[in-house]
Amino acid sequence: MSHTALELIELGGVFFALGLLGRLAQRVGMSPIPLYLLGGLAFGSGGLVSLEGIADFSAIASEVGVVLLLLLLGLEYSASELVSGLKRSWSAGLLDVVLNAAPGAIVALVLGWGPVGATVLGGVTYISSSGIVAKVLTDLGRLGNRETPVVLSILVFEDLVMALYLPILTAILAGVSFLGGLSAVGISLLVISVVLLVALRWGRYVSALVDSPDREVFLLKVLGLALLVAGFASALQVSAAVGAFLLGIAISGSTAHNATRLLEPLRDLFAAIFFVAFGLNTNPASIPPVLGWALVLALATTLTKLATGWFAARQQGIGRMGRARAGAALVARGEFSIVIAGLAVASGAVDSELAALATAYVLLMAVAGPTVARVVEPVVRWRPFARRARETAETSS
Amino acid sequence: MVDGVNVEVTPLPGIGVRKDFALRNGRRIGVISHRDGKLELILSKADDPDACLAEIALTYDEAGALANLLGAPQLVAQLAEEHKDLPGIRTKQLPITDNSPFDGRPLGDTAMRTRTGVSLVAVMRAGQVHPSPGPEFNLTAGDLLVAVGTRDGLARAAEILTRG
Repeated sequence: MSHTALELIELGGVFFALGLLGRLAQRVGMSPIPLYLLGGLAFGSGGLVSLEGIADFSAIASEVGVVLLLLLLGLEYSASELVSGLKRSWSAGLLDVVLNAAPGAIVALVLGWGPVGATVLGGVTYISSSGIVAKVLTDLGRLGNRETPVVLSILVFEDLVMALYLPILTAILAGVSFLGGLSAVGISLLVISVVLLVALRWGRYVSALVDSPDREVFLLKVLGLALLVAGFASALQVSAAVGAFLLGIAISGSTAHNATRLLEPLRDLFAAIFFVAFGLNTNPASIPPVLGWALVLALATTLTKLATGWFAARQQGIGRMGRARAGAALVARGEFSIVIAGLAVASGAVDSELAALATAYVLLMAVAGPTVARVVEPVVRWRPFARRARETAETSS
Repeated sequence: MVDGVNVEVTPLPGIGVRKDFALRNGRRIGVISHRDGKLELILSKADDPDACLAEIALTYDEAGALANLLGAPQLVAQLAEEHKDLPGIRTKQLPITDNSPFDGRPLGDTAMRTRTGVSLVAVMRAGQVHPSPGPEFNLTAGDLLVAVGTRDGLARAAEILTRG
C-alpha cells in the first residue's frame, strides 16, 4: 500500500471514529472533548492502534486547531463587551484567578515540577471552558436567568486573562529569565490595550479588510489573516494563539458573526484533530499513576469554582439558588486547559507526567462540569440545605 | 413605553441581549434576542425570581402573532372606551386567516365601508399598529383588523373577510 493511501485511510478512520464519538456525546448530552481525548489515547503511543502515517499532518493541523479555537474565542466577544465585562466583574474575576489557579500550582509544586510546572498547571485548573459553559446554559434553559450575565462576564474576564497569560507562558516555557517574563507581561499588556483601542475605535476598518460578500473569498481572507498573524506572533516569541485571539477581538460587528458562522465547522474539525493529537502524544499507561492527583484537583477546583460563582452572583444581589447555579455553571474545564497543557508539552519544558495529569483532569472536569450544573438545584433543595434556604427566603421576602 | 413598565436591557456577552421587565406580581417576563436573530420568550419562576420557568423559542411569525394577540385587546378596549357614549357602536378585532380570500390583496378590495358600513381603523401586524390603513394597504394572513361599526355590520364584515 502506498504511503498516501495509508494516510488517507488512517485520517478517514480517525474522522469517522470521531464522528461516532461525537454522536455518542450528543446522545448522553455531554461535551465531545473528553471522548476525543480518549480516542487519541486509544490510538496513540502505547494505545491500541498506532497511527504513524498521519503524524506530520496532525502536527500542523492541531496547530491550526489551536489558532482557530482562539480566533473564534476572540470573535465571540466584541471589544466593548470585553471592556464592560472587565469593569463589571474584575473583583470576582481576580478571586477566580486566585482560587482556581492556586490548587493547580500547589499540586505542581508538591509533585516537584517547579515554578514552570506550577504556571502551567495553574492555568489548566483556572480557565473554564466557555464552549461547554455556554452549551450547558443553553441546554438547561438558563439563558434568561438573572445569574447568567454574571457567569458570562466571568468568562469574558477569563478570556482577557488568557490574552495576558499565554504570552507569559510562552516566554517562561522558552526559558527566559524573570526579567524577560516581566517584559513579556509588559508587552502583552501593551498589545492588548492597543488592540482593544483599535477594535473600539477603528474596528470597522479591520473588519473591512477581511469582509467580503463572497463566502469563499471571505473564508480565505479570514483564515489567511489569522494564520499570518499567528505565525508572526509566534516568530516574535509572543504566543501564536494570542495573535489569533487578538485578531478575533479586532474583527467586530456583523463581520465577526459571519466569520464565526463560516469558521465554526473548520474550528470543530481542526480542534478535534488537536484534541486527538494531544491524546495521541499521551501514553495511556502514564495516566493511572496521576489519577489520584487528578481526582484531588477535580474535587478542589469544583469547590473553588462554586465559591467563585457564589461570590460573583452574591455581589449582584442574586439569591442562594442562583448563586449555586452560577458556581456550578463555571465548573467545566475543557478546550483551553488542553491548549495550555499542549503548549507546555510541545515546548518540552515540563515533565511528561504533566500532560497525563492535565488529560486526566480535563477528562474528569469536562464530564463533571455539566453534571454539577444539572444536579446543583436538587442538591441545594435537599433537606439539610433546604431548611436554611427557606429561612433566608422568608426573611428576605 | 407604557406607563409603569420599565424594560431592562441586559447584554449577554457572546449570546445576545436579554430584555425583560418585572410584572406587578414580581415575576419577570421578557425576551432573549440572540445575535443570530433567534427570539426566546422567558418567564421567571414564581418561587425563584432568578431562574426561568421556561425559555420558549419563537419564529418571527410566531412572535408577531403573539404580539398581536397581546396588543390588540388593549387597542380595542381603548377604542371601545372612546366610543362608549355612542350607543350601538362597537369595536371588534377581525383576523385575516390563512384561507381568507383577502390574504395578499389590498384593503380596498374588501369594499368594507360600502358593503357593511364598518370602518377599519387599524391593522395590527407583528405587534405593530398601522393606524387608518388606506385602500392600497396590502393584507396578509395573520393580520388583525380593528373594526368599528354596528353589531350587524361587524358580523357581516367578519363573514366577508373569511368567505369573500
